[in-house]
This record gives sequence, structure tokens and C-alpha cells, in this order.
Amino acid sequence: MTLRPASPEEVGAAVRGAAGAGARLLPRGGGSKPALSTPAEGVASLDLSGLSGVLEYAPEEYTFTALAGTRVAAVADLLAERGQYLPFDPLLAPQGATLGGTVAAGANGPGRQRYGGVRDFLLAARFVDGAGSLVRGGAKVVKNAAGFDLPKLLVGSIGRLAVLVELTFKVFPAPEAYATLAAAYPGLDAALADVVRLAASPLELHALDLEPAGTSGWTLWARLGGLAEALPARITRLRDFLLAPGGGAMAAEVVAAPADEELWQRVKGLDWVPPGRALVKIPLTPRRIPALEARLARLHGVEARRRYSAGGQVAWLAWPVAAADPWTAELDALLRDLDLSGLALLGPPGPVRLGVDPGAPLACRVKRALDPHARFLDL
Amino acid sequence: MEARAFLTSLAGIYPPPRMLWRPAELAPYESDALTAFRARPRAVVLPETPDEVVATVRLCHRAGVPFVARGSGTSLSGGSLPIEDGLVIGLNRLNRILRLDPAERLAVVEPGVVNLEVSKAAAPHGLYYAPDPSSQSVCTLGGNVAFNSGGAHCLKYGMTSNHVLGLKAVLPDGEVVQLGSESLEGVGPDLVGLFVGSEGLLGVALEITLRLLPKPELYRTVLAAYDSLGAAGDAVARVVASGLLPGAMEIMDRLAIEAAEAAVHAGYPREAAALLIVELDGEATQVEAEFTRLLEVIRASGAYEVRVAVDEAERLRIWKGRKSAFSAVGRLSPDYIVNDGVVPRSQLGRALSEIERLGAAHRLRVANVFHAGDGNLHPLILYDGRESGALARAEALAGEILRLCIRLGGSITGEHGVGMEKREYLPEMFSDADMAVMKNIRNAIDPQELANRGKMFPGGEAPALLHSGPHPLEREGRISRE
Repeated sequence: MTLRPASPEEVGAAVRGAAGAGARLLPRGGGSKPALSTPAEGVASLDLSGLSGVLEYAPEEYTFTALAGTRVAAVADLLAERGQYLPFDPLLAPQGATLGGTVAAGANGPGRQRYGGVRDFLLAARFVDGAGSLVRGGAKVVKNAAGFDLPKLLVGSIGRLAVLVELTFKVFPAPEAYATLAAAYPGLDAALADVVRLAASPLELHALDLEPAGTSGWTLWARLGGLAEALPARITRLRDFLLAPGGGAMAAEVVAAPADEELWQRVKGLDWVPPGRALVKIPLTPRRIPALEARLARLHGVEARRRYSAGGQVAWLAWPVAAADPWTAELDALLRDLDLSGLALLGPPGPVRLGVDPGAPLACRVKRALDPHARFLDL
Repeated sequence: MEARAFLTSLAGIYPPPRMLWRPAELAPYESDALTAFRARPRAVVLPETPDEVVATVRLCHRAGVPFVARGSGTSLSGGSLPIEDGLVIGLNRLNRILRLDPAERLAVVEPGVVNLEVSKAAAPHGLYYAPDPSSQSVCTLGGNVAFNSGGAHCLKYGMTSNHVLGLKAVLPDGEVVQLGSESLEGVGPDLVGLFVGSEGLLGVALEITLRLLPKPELYRTVLAAYDSLGAAGDAVARVVASGLLPGAMEIMDRLAIEAAEAAVHAGYPREAAALLIVELDGEATQVEAEFTRLLEVIRASGAYEVRVAVDEAERLRIWKGRKSAFSAVGRLSPDYIVNDGVVPRSQLGRALSEIERLGAAHRLRVANVFHAGDGNLHPLILYDGRESGALARAEALAGEILRLCIRLGGSITGEHGVGMEKREYLPEMFSDADMAVMKNIRNAIDPQELANRGKMFPGGEAPALLHSGPHPLEREGRISRE
């Protein structure tokens, strides 16, 4: 069953109606993250693509408000007309990702390196709770400390606490120009050493991604953005920094516009993920990457494609969908061993929260408060 | 549990020097930096370990005794005011930096660690902790977390919430939970985001994992003088429209300039109707290029005087005047109330002229010092508490300013929190349904309403409203109300 509300009020009615029908609801935006939006047997899909449109955009305030089903790509175009952008680089915009899905999945792209993730740019949210009430949290201004920060709570809530219907974001002026340095390393240790070195340096990177290259090599992608006149000197400095004697980089190549833009569009669109693979987000820190790499290397018959983003703060793992049921069992166990957690974005429906979940005791109480009758799926 | 039995149980946790219950010992804890409120707690305990905090919260839960966790008591919203006959858990002795990890750029601290101490400890590694409330030399991280404290750099760098990675906390029923992690990223509902800014209602933070940032390589600061407040406000709009992202944009009006000059001789142009301070920070080459553009914008904005800080000493002098403005205004008047409303930046001019009109109507002087970059107003309402009815007039004016902020599409608080001061106004900003959800969350975590009872939500017992002078620390010039 699919419900297609056309207004926030209709979302409320749909949630209240679901109570009578005894069905549980799973919100869906653009469907770009199928692991999170494909309903299993007996679950009704709440299609929010009808809730689309930018309601307010005040470039001088650095804010806009839009319905949750609005596509990220449409918003990005609108912001670009005024030289602004969503600095956390929402993922999967070309595939139809919506603002609501981006918030609910916490789907930050490589740009989260510079100014933060969606949690840092979400100012206000209207949502429908499990009782079908239309609720607002936060305020449409860039600074606010009134009441509980419900918008932040809903980041990452994957449609299981409430249905997002309207969102207000902070935006920033977009960098005038970008360039990227691609540095090659013989091994992981050398590459990670430079990730740490860069993180402590005054160099302000817009993205810092790490990716395996060949059998044992690694590529570090470091992106700079800012005023066009300052960029050549900055990229030279970054190059000198990475190629300084004693450093681990073997070579470093500048990727200038327009190749730079194409390169990062492919990353934001997850073009590197092989077709048919699931994609799992795993928050970590650079220090925990070697242990994860060691475990992945020991897997039999599984070649996990992966990419580390935001200076080694998140691993994106393209995982083969096994015939086993559930397909996530092996990865779930691996993450538990490493005391890591994960969230599947791409892949078949099924368990999407993997590994450890230390926040569960508090999350359960919050779930009871927002969705006491379990109209939405379990957390 | 009877009162005597509760104190006996408490004495089982704390040796006598760390458990205060005699009236004279309790007096210093009766109020926080919002001195208009005062309440007498039953006792104050001074834990030295997280286990003692947990045991105390569990005891309160069993006995049904409400408690307030308190750091240095610099809350401007009455957030750390004791609950009448409740317990104060003073966390200043939990002041260890448990871990400083420069490679992972994080620090794990106890809640009683003073904000500035984190940056001091991180400095040898070229790192710092970004949120900088003006009381940062005394205020503690536990309080910063509870109230999502801000500072002068929020537009670019965010508030406390944007810098907390993980938390270990004890919930009001004594359950200890771990929220977040050491990563900037997370999966699942953002529980750290919920806890930060919950004003102590959801429990007590025991360990806080903070994100550290590399110190900006270069700061470039400019001071511009205008002959009207409106012109300074327009200049802010021009800077924003230029595509620059300053680390700070601050405005002071005539009364605030006068006060700052009298107090610290910052060398401000005294005759100015408004001063604008704009600061850029970041990578040197980038900042130099941006500063050239900034100066073009400022010069075209109608400023009659533009001063560029040529060295660090001059930069610090510019900031000294700004940072001391609040306590300096205290010299102009025996008492004042600090307001903390937020309006959309485009409404700044309208808000300021309306505040001027309201002040005149109430026969009260109002000084304005504010974070213009994020629309966070700090009108200082001057009054003399010895004058009959003056406090009531000041409070009425403060309330009208809050309503003005709501009407203009903003918020009743940018960084001080709702606390005791603004709890009657929260329902004016939020609907019944919004309030119900917040209450439901609290109820699911603390059905007895033990943790910081009486704050944030309207109703509950109201303590006596008293006039009194500034906070003792403020009198000493160690904290300011910002």
C-alpha cells in the first residue's frame, strides 16, 4: 500500500488513519536510498514526493525553508543562482534525493569536511509525530537555543520517530573556485599519517577523501575552495606540504576545474559504488581505520569496495548483497567486533542499523515519547 | 523518604566538607548570574568522581528530591538556580581533562572543566576549542552543554552543539548512557543533539567528548564607525551579500561605546552612533584576499571612519572594548537585564528602532551590543532596583522585546537558554503540540521531573523575585553577561 499525501495536514491524516488500519508506515522521498525507503511486507509506504517546493528563501539571511519532499538538486540550483550552497554536499542528488531523506538518513557528502554535516545546518523542522500531530521544532534563524533541539534529534532518525514535512536550513556563500590535489601513497599507514597531519594544519580543506588504488596503494583527494585569486598559491602550498621531504606521498597531481567539479560530482552521486552493491555508512576516526581494513582484508570471497571521507571520519562500504538472510549478518558481526556502528543506505530492505548501538537505552525512551503506538518502524 | 533520612543517606556518599547544608554555607549557591532570582536549596554536594554523581542522582530518584547540576553558576537565564528545598550538585571539582588527543583532534573532559582550559591545554598542539562565550574564563563545559552556549563566532563555527561529539550522562533515574562517539559522523537519531541544550532536564553529563579545531592561521579585523545604527546594520547586510563569511560581526551602539570607553579605553571613536567590528579568520592567503574585498565593502558602506587592526595588540584592543561592554554598561546603572532574542538579520534595523521606542515608553535606557552576524540581539535594559517599580518595568520591557523577536520571525533566546527567566515565553514561540512533544520527551526520561525542575517549561513553583546587584564574580570583573 502506498499513501501519497499532498500537504503536511494530509501526512497527519495518513498517520492517524494508519492507526485504524493497523499498518506501520515508512516514509519515502525520492527513493534514492532504497535500503531505507523500500517497505517490507505489511508496511505501508508514505510517499512524500508530493510535498515539494521551496517556501521561503532569503539569501541575505543564509536560510531557506522547503517542504521535505523537495529534491536536493532543485534546491542546489536555486541556491547557486545566488552564489550559495548546502556545504555538507548532500549525497545522491542526481538520483533524486530529497531534503527530508537527506536529513533522515544523515546523508552527508564529502563537503562535510569543511563546515560540518546536515546536523550543523538544519535550523528548524516541522514533522508529524506518531500521534499524527503536526509539530515544529527549532526556529528559522541561524542562532537559537529555545526548547529541546528536535531538528537535531531527527537527523539520522530514518523515518522511525516522525515524518519530516518541512525543513529550514542554514546555507553559506559558495566558494568561488575549487581545485583538488590527488596524492598517491604506497600504503595505508603513510596516507593516514598525512590525513592526521592535514587535520592539524591550518590548511582549510573542503573535502579530504581516501580511497584504495591498485593492490596496496591509496589515493588521498584533498579539495580546496575559496577566492579565485588566492587558490593557485594555496594549492601550491598544499602540494608542497604533502610532498615535503620525509612525507609519505609519492606523487601529487592537481585536478583543476572543470575536472575537479566532475570528480566530486561522481563522489556525491556515489558513482564509485558497483551496481547491485549495498552501501553502508560507518562512522569512525582515522585511528580505527587500520583495524577495519585488516578485517576486510581477511574476508573470504568478499571484495568490499570502500572510501573514507571527511578526513577519515566516515567509511563508506560497498558491500556485496549475499544470498544469506539477512544479507547484513556477516557485516553486522564484523562491526560489533570492532565496536563500530553502521547504517545501510543502498541495498534491499531488511535490517539497516548494523553493529553496536550504545545510545539505544535513551533512543528507546525518545521513541516511546514520539511514537508511543509504534506507527513507524522500530529504531 | 523523610528529609532527615535523605540527608543521612547523602552523608553516606559525601564527607562533611563536601556536603553543605547550614544556611551560611548555602547562601553562595542561592542564585546564579541572573541575580533577580534566589532560592534556598536543601543541601549542596560537591562530588569528586562521576560515581558520586551517579549515586547522588540515584538517591534523589529514590527519595523524589529534585536536583540541579551546577558549574560556575554563570547562567544568565537562571538555569542553574536551585530548586527550593532541592539538591544542588556542584560539579566544579569534576574538572579533569581526561584525554587530549591531538591526532584525533578531540578532548574528553569532565563537566566541571572551565571552557578556556580546554583551549589552553590544546594550544601546544596548535588546536583550540571554538565556542567562546564571554564568560569562558569561568564557565564550565557541563553548563555549556546544558545550555548550548554560543559566543561571538557562531555564524561560521556554530554553537556548543556543533562541537560535542559524544557524551556519557546519567539520566534522572540513575541510568548511565553513552551518546554519540568520537567521530564527527553518526548513525541513528542524533541523541547528542537532543541532550545538548536540554537545560539540565534530561540528566547530568559526566564525560564530554569535544571536537578541537586547528587555530586559524590569520585573523584580520576591522572596526568601522557609523553615524547611525541603521547604517551599521546595512553594512552587515552588504558584507553578507558580498559572499564573505566572517568569523565574527559585532555591533555596539552609542551607550555601549560610551560605557566601554569609560571602562577600558579601547580607543573607540567616541562620537560614533554605532561601531561595527568584522573579523575574518582562516588560511593566510585566503584571508588576505578576503580582507581586501571586505575593506572595499566597508568603505562603500558609509562608514565615516575605518580602522584596520595592524597587529595583534590592536586587534585585542578592539575586542577588549567589545568583550567588556556588558560589565562596562553595569557602571552606567546599578542594575540591568540582558536580553538574548534573535531576529532575522534583515529585521535588525526594525528590531533596534522598535527597542528604542519601547525603551522610551517604559522610561528606561537600553544599550545594544550584539552579534550582528547571526541576528542575536543583546539589549541591556538599565534600571535601578532601589527605585520602586523599576524592576517590574524592566521585566515588562524585556518581555515586550522577546515578543517582538517572536513577531519578527526569530527566537526568544540565541545562546542563554530559557531557564527560569523566559519560561513563560516559550509557549508564545511554540504551539501546544510543539510543547506537548517536548514535555513527552521529558516525561519519558524523567516522569518525576526531578532534573532541574521548574526550568524551561512554564508553571511549577516560582521562587521569590528579588532585586539585587550584580553577581559577585561580575563585580570582580571576572565574568560578563553576554
